[in-house]
Amino acid sequence: MKNNKLLIISLIAVYLFLISPLIIIVLSAFNESEFLAFPPENYSLRWFYRIFESEMFISAFQNSLLLSLFGAVGSLLVGLPAAYSLSRTKSKWRQPALSLFLSPVIIPGVVLGFAVLKHIVIPLEIETWTGLAIGHVLIMLPYVIRVIVSSLSNVPIEIEEAAVSLGSTRMHAFLVVVLPNIQSGILAACLLAFITSLNDVPVTIFLTGPGVTTLPIQMLSYVEYYFDPTVSAISVLLMLLTIIIMFLIEATMGLSFFTKK
Amino acid sequence: MSNRSLTILLIPGVLVCTALLIIPLFLLLIDTIPVLKDPFHLYQEFLNKTFHQKILFRTIKVALLTTIICVILAYPCAFYIALKGKRYKSIFIVIAVFPLLLSPVVRSFAWMVIIGKNGFINDLLIWLRIIEKPIQLLYTEFAVVIGLTYLFLPLMILPLVGVMENIEEDLLDSAKSLGASSNGVFFQLILPLSSSGLLVGSILVFTGSLTAYTTPRLLGGDQAMTLSTLIYQNAMTLFDWDTASVIAIIMILTTYLVMKLIGALANRMNPDT
Repeated sequence: MKNNKLLIISLIAVYLFLISPLIIIVLSAFNESEFLAFPPENYSLRWFYRIFESEMFISAFQNSLLLSLFGAVGSLLVGLPAAYSLSRTKSKWRQPALSLFLSPVIIPGVVLGFAVLKHIVIPLEIETWTGLAIGHVLIMLPYVIRVIVSSLSNVPIEIEEAAVSLGSTRMHAFLVVVLPNIQSGILAACLLAFITSLNDVPVTIFLTGPGVTTLPIQMLSYVEYYFDPTVSAISVLLMLLTIIIMFLIEATMGLSFFTKK
Repeated sequence: MSNRSLTILLIPGVLVCTALLIIPLFLLLIDTIPVLKDPFHLYQEFLNKTFHQKILFRTIKVALLTTIICVILAYPCAFYIALKGKRYKSIFIVIAVFPLLLSPVVRSFAWMVIIGKNGFINDLLIWLRIIEKPIQLLYTEFAVVIGLTYLFLPLMILPLVGVMENIEEDLLDSAKSLGASSNGVFFQLILPLSSSGLLVGSILVFTGSLTAYTTPRLLGGDQAMTLSTLIYQNAMTLFDWDTASVIAIIMILTTYLVMKLIGALANRMNPDT
């Protein structure tokens, strides 16, 4: 019984450690004074107005959204056929290909960003936007492939075979039999990829260029010069967005995904 | 579908990854080994500077400390969540997943607010009259370790919960009723049965800490640099791309070695898995 109490105390301590920084951020966002005093004395929404007045955060957020949209389309175009093949094939190429697709997770982000900058963006003189899109497709692809492969493994190959033996073409069978069954998997893959792209710093920071920046990079450079609650207010908005995405992930794939690596 | 046409579907992905990732990385490696003149001189020059040695050593130290702290904090929690607090399990999992999905900039910024010069902790300590002037907590190794622990703790808790869920409570009860001490139950049942989660968690936390960029930049600054902030400084501020390439290769090698090492360690602990 004594052990149980110790366990509960450590559980509470750890969860306080996880939650309290977020609460402090929320409180500081509603703080009226110029600097991040805690606890706040007067509450106000001025820092939230400040975000929408300043062009830089809005345009950075638009860039982030556009980029993750590009990245999602790109990684789905490449990832969906690959995931289908990975879940159906017994070829000897299966394992090496899978490792290749998942490698962007293992390679340090700063290394990936630097390598793409040094050996693709600069020598080929490609535009900032294209460079960013390349980086983001690479970091989104592992999530897309992993989630869709596991979603496809729940669709028995027999129902596809049945459609084909009844005269459907392979493509048609995929579109009308398989695709509807993995809809929620595809959505979950896009959500995970979206959040990965939206939050990325290490890859993106090497690839942003004059006039093109993303929200996390803009926030990063802002807090290094100005220490005021504007970033707290943005953080609160990002928390709301993250909560929505988390519930969508729970609804499509289940959060148990995170306990089973 | 025939195996051949299935293999064809892999081609776009393989081409994209090879052209955009593997080839640039390979070229990076080639850059660091100029075969014609002394092939390893760039590495020698890099490792000979005390400044660089310090950063390399600090990066490994910080990652190791973070991993150990995460294991100590996560283990009892995961045990409780998986075996005792089943009723609230989903809530605990949601609270652990949420920070994982939240921007690392936000999570590191929170700690700037807490340990900064006019931050929460300094204000509190001054108010309690423990100190008179604010103490320097931000831009230290300590700050980086706290920030990384905060960043990666969920990555240790979640896989541990995942493996501990599968431990039958009856098994522990029967071991106890057969006379096993609680130490015995822990070391001979719980630890081996959860070692795969511990392994996954440790690899994720260690490699994550070794390569994290946002947290060392915001909480370590120029005073407590790590390899990832050093590579950025060399590439984008000093335009010393040779050194940046050397750091990149060193980071990849270190990550790879660590994964092998933890894997081998786990094998020795529990040869069955």
